[in-house]
Amino acid sequence: MTEIFGVPTQALFGQLLIGLINGSFYALLSLGLAVIFGLLNIINFTHGAQYMLGAFFAYFLLNKAGLGYWWSLAIAPLASGAFGMLIERTMLKQLYKLDHLYGLLLTFGLALIIQGLFRNEYGSSGLPYPIPEELSGARNLGFMFLPNYRAWVIFASLVVCVGTWFVIERTKLGSYLRAATENPALVQAFGINVPRMITLTYGFGVGLAGLAGVMAAPIYQVSPQMGADLIIVVFAVVVIGGMGSIMGSIVTGFALGLVEGLTKVFYPEASNTVIFIIMAIVLMIKPAGLFGTQR
Amino acid sequence: MLQKRSALLAVSLAFAAGAAQAQISDGVIKIGVLNDMSGLYADLTGPGSVVAARLAVEDFGAAKKGMKVEIVSADHQNKPDVGSAIARTWYDTDKVDVIVDVPTSSVALAVSQITKDKGKAFLVSGAATSDLTGKACSPNTIHWTYDTWMLANGTGNAIVKTGGDTWFFITADYAFGHALERDTEAVVLKTGGKVLGKVRHPLSTQDFSSFLLQAQASKAKIIGLANAGGDTINSIKQAAEFGIVKAGQNLAGMLVFLPDIHALGLQTAQGLIFTETFYWDLNDNTRAFTKRFSAQAPRNLYPSMIHAGVYSAVIHYLKAIEAIKSDDGTKVIAQMKKMPTDDPLFGKGSIRADGRKLHPAYLVEVKKPSESKGPWDYYKVRNTLPADQAFRPVAEGDCPLVK
Amino acid sequence: MASEDRAAAGVTREEGSLGHQRIAFTVMVVLFVLAPFVFYPVFLMKALTFALFACAFNLLIGFGGLLSFGHAMFLGTAGYVCAHAAKEWGFNPEFAILFGTGASALLGIVTGLLAIRRQGIYFAMITLALAQMIFFFYVQTPFTKGEDGIQAVPRGMLFGAIDLSRPLAMYFFVLVIFLAGFLLIYRIIHSPFGQVLKAIRENEPRAISLGYRTDQYKLLAFVLSATLAGLAGATKALVFQLASLTDVHWTMSGEVVLMTLLGGLGTVFGPVVGAFIIITMENYLAALGQWVTVIQGAIFVACVLAFRRGIIGELGHWLKKPL
Repeated sequence: MTEIFGVPTQALFGQLLIGLINGSFYALLSLGLAVIFGLLNIINFTHGAQYMLGAFFAYFLLNKAGLGYWWSLAIAPLASGAFGMLIERTMLKQLYKLDHLYGLLLTFGLALIIQGLFRNEYGSSGLPYPIPEELSGARNLGFMFLPNYRAWVIFASLVVCVGTWFVIERTKLGSYLRAATENPALVQAFGINVPRMITLTYGFGVGLAGLAGVMAAPIYQVSPQMGADLIIVVFAVVVIGGMGSIMGSIVTGFALGLVEGLTKVFYPEASNTVIFIIMAIVLMIKPAGLFGTQR
Repeated sequence: MLQKRSALLAVSLAFAAGAAQAQISDGVIKIGVLNDMSGLYADLTGPGSVVAARLAVEDFGAAKKGMKVEIVSADHQNKPDVGSAIARTWYDTDKVDVIVDVPTSSVALAVSQITKDKGKAFLVSGAATSDLTGKACSPNTIHWTYDTWMLANGTGNAIVKTGGDTWFFITADYAFGHALERDTEAVVLKTGGKVLGKVRHPLSTQDFSSFLLQAQASKAKIIGLANAGGDTINSIKQAAEFGIVKAGQNLAGMLVFLPDIHALGLQTAQGLIFTETFYWDLNDNTRAFTKRFSAQAPRNLYPSMIHAGVYSAVIHYLKAIEAIKSDDGTKVIAQMKKMPTDDPLFGKGSIRADGRKLHPAYLVEVKKPSESKGPWDYYKVRNTLPADQAFRPVAEGDCPLVK
Repeated sequence: MASEDRAAAGVTREEGSLGHQRIAFTVMVVLFVLAPFVFYPVFLMKALTFALFACAFNLLIGFGGLLSFGHAMFLGTAGYVCAHAAKEWGFNPEFAILFGTGASALLGIVTGLLAIRRQGIYFAMITLALAQMIFFFYVQTPFTKGEDGIQAVPRGMLFGAIDLSRPLAMYFFVLVIFLAGFLLIYRIIHSPFGQVLKAIRENEPRAISLGYRTDQYKLLAFVLSATLAGLAGATKALVFQLASLTDVHWTMSGEVVLMTLLGGLGTVFGPVVGAFIIITMENYLAALGQWVTVIQGAIFVACVLAFRRGIIGELGHWLKKPL
């Protein structure tokens, strides 16, 4: 068997694939953050909590309403998105003219409240959520044993990411959105309801977090803290990709998943830190991130 | 401000029927339950430990005996500085006589040091590190429920003896993870097993599939999980997803508690083997306690062994005070070590000079969903380790108190 | 931050009489001297060290306009080095603190050189990234004893004569350190250097065009802030006789932002008030158990939505005097 640095190539393929799967979560989450930052100029620290809400919605739908995974996939993102829009209307909208810092602090505070309330109600060890029957089981790829559900995660997140990129960068709606960030007054003058558009955008970004939460529910424990530590990692992904760059966050999300996967093989202790090392290096060399443009 | 707080929070359990005994400082025995109320270990310790302490005071019959007992509680957030600040305030200004529970080894070590300096009493139920009765042992501390050596020994021994002689460790890259791994590895090697590899992951990792694949590639028969809380839960959940157990490897949890199994569900957790010192369904006494506990606990949780340990420790503590009519920390601890222990949950037992409470340990296996007869019916007890074999022999602990 | 906010907080108008600041300072000193006879000294010492930490942080953001999201690395580094020096090498407390502070100053120079080349949110992210690496280093390196931390650090004899294990002696030692740090910051803010710093915060290109080498000013501000944060961390290690990973974790960097914001960014006394409120909450809400984080979150939200200038900022605005 051929080996790379003492690790059989076969095993390495398996690890890379796993990295890609984790990368698809990073991509989905950082995509939402990037959309929100790009269009609202808000650093959404509630993103982790909103991801957690998505997973909990899925849990409620299954256990209280008897609606399974596929229903959750449609309903939970809408519900989290609606909740997000409520936050935007009542609080965030007062902050657009202020420094980033205030948006970050407000959303961080909201995250503490939401996570705290859920923990008081549902405890810290979390709740189980089964893998949907259609996707249970696994196939043997020769070099590894791949659960069907994980394959689905890569597929679904790729579709969502590319779709979002297409809408924002290639459609008329997307061009309105981008124009509205550049010059809201002018776009408003053309008869477009900018505040409503911003609200919907925030709802969409949060919806993506909710969707990631539903997709995570069967693999990770549905627990109040599931998004708490993830948020700074995902935020780092957005910065590396270039704040506000849609393509940047998608590509970086997947790429960092791979890098993290490799770190887990060669130096597992550092697997949480490697992303920050990369972030520091990138910011030194390319201040605006890999895909960003300096504003 | 301080007085206001104690007035606000102290749960006054018993108002003295007679005159307060002169030897009890300020006439009140004040028990401080210090643990993780909001984080990773809130279900294993948290508000449940306060319930357990309250039940212990009731069952001891403090009110009838004319003893006034109060319970206060606080959240140490698993931070040693927060925990030690609370412990100091309690001892210095709030007249707390004894601190109980304290999960998270780092906090427990800090509180043990402060308790010794102040001459108070410390009854550990939540923390795992065997150093508390080893090189960090103290005349003011008793380690009640379990420790890393006992878990490693109980689980490691039994598994190697039943044929699980090759191991791969998935270890949290923190001191407690290293300690669990070290103790278990020693047991595995001593009983003739082999360790094929190990991987250390950062605390609070979400995805364990990469480590599980490495464990799979090692072809070890047993994958030892030397981690805790959410990390253990996610490891077990993802091991099921990747068909690790179906493919013939077995998981051994080094630090697993009843609420963890409840969170995972039997479908995922079935077949897992680990060691506990208490299970709610052991006998009529434990079942009766569980019924009362669950009625008062948040979300009607069933008691973990840590909760049971808090109950047992508080009862014995009050008995010792009753015997010597003083709540001086050092004296009470000495008296507790002198008296044999006896309570409904752990039965008869004793406390060693190094502060180790001795009682039997149970090797349990998680039931298949088909075997479970009702809610919380999760364990099959496979083996009972008698009290004298369950814990580390005094001589191996390096405790300065017994040299 | 929007500059009109700052102007409103009165920060830029301090050229006038500073008499009321002297009065406020005197009141503060009197309160701190009397406090240990009413309140519990360990609690006060904890609050004082955090107040110094928040003041150091405020020097950077409030007057230099640089938001660091990694200040915990200075607090923690000094704590570890001081604790190690006091416990393992038997340093006297004053030398252990100096040694720890020096370590943070060095770290400040290295990280500052890297970080000040970026602005705004990118500056914050670089400091966060560097702090995460430092955190990782402390998890891995054996002298920190992992999550157990360096425990049972001796407080020792100050100048070989004063026994710091007596609570009041320790308290006044901490108070002197705090006041020294506070006055140094006050002096810096009102020096020509501080004025240039404010000019850079308001409009960097203009400051450059006036011939100031802004990078050097920013680096010096960063190193000063890191050093004073280190002083706070080293003192804290002796107060608690403990140095642990909590102090290097990123949530600690977030906490100092909260303290400063609550008290009032860019005010002189704000960080002190903010730190006292947060520490009081942590200590006295600890008994509320699981509700602590919810209440903290609610304060964040209320702060941002209702009183953005912070408590002292609002007060100063109302009195029309910068505090």
